[in-house]
Amino acid sequence: MVKPTRVTNSIRSLRFAHGEMTQAALADRIGVTRQTVIAIEQGRYSPSLEMAFQIAHAFGVPLDDVFHYPEPH
Amino acid sequence: MSFEERNTWVFLVIAIVAYACYVTIVLVSAGGRALVEVDYGPVMLSTIGGAIVAGILGTIAISVIWPKGAGKSDQRDKEISRFGDHVGQAFVVIGGVVALLFAIVRVDYFWIANAVYLAFVLSALLGSIAKLVAYRRGFQPW
Repeated sequence: MVKPTRVTNSIRSLRFAHGEMTQAALADRIGVTRQTVIAIEQGRYSPSLEMAFQIAHAFGVPLDDVFHYPEPH
Repeated sequence: MSFEERNTWVFLVIAIVAYACYVTIVLVSAGGRALVEVDYGPVMLSTIGGAIVAGILGTIAISVIWPKGAGKSDQRDKEISRFGDHVGQAFVVIGGVVALLFAIVRVDYFWIANAVYLAFVLSALLGSIAKLVAYRRGFQPW
C-alpha cells in the first residue's frame, strides 16, 4: 500500500528555476489541490502519465527533466 | 490538509461515536436482561440516521471553517477514495456471510441485525483509516 516509488522528480528545483513558482500556483495550473503537488514533490504519490505531462508542460520542459527512474543494472 | 482528508476524519469520528452511542444505549436498556429482549431497532435506525445527518453537517462545517478548497477533489482524492472503499468492502462481505450463517442456524434477529451493523461500522472504520494512511504516508496507485 505504501510501497515507496523508485520514481524521483525535480519539481522543487524546477519551481524555483521558474520564478519561485509556489506549490499553489503549480496546483492551479494542472488543476489539482496543493496537497497533491506536495505529495508528488515528496514522492508520496505517483501521478498519472497525463498529470506528469501536465506538470512538464507547466515548466515547458520534457517529461525526462521532471521525472527520473533509475537505470537498470 | 485537503478537503477530502478532513471529510475522512469527520466520517471516522462520526462512525466511532455513533456506534459507541448505539452500544451504550442498548447495554443500558438491557439493564441485566438478555440483550435479545432489548428493542434495538429504533436505537439502531436512529444512530444510523443520526450518523448520516452528522456527516452532512460535518461536511458543511469544514466547508465553512476552511472555505479555501471546499468541495474540491482531484485525481489523487478519487484514487484514495476508491482504495479506501475497496479495503472497507471486505467487511461488508464478511458481515453478509456472518448474517447468512446466523439466519441458517436460526440465531435471534438481534444478532443478525447487529452482525450486519457491526460490519458496516468496521467497513467505515477500516476504509477511513486506509484512506488516512494513504493521505499521510503516501499512495502509489501504479
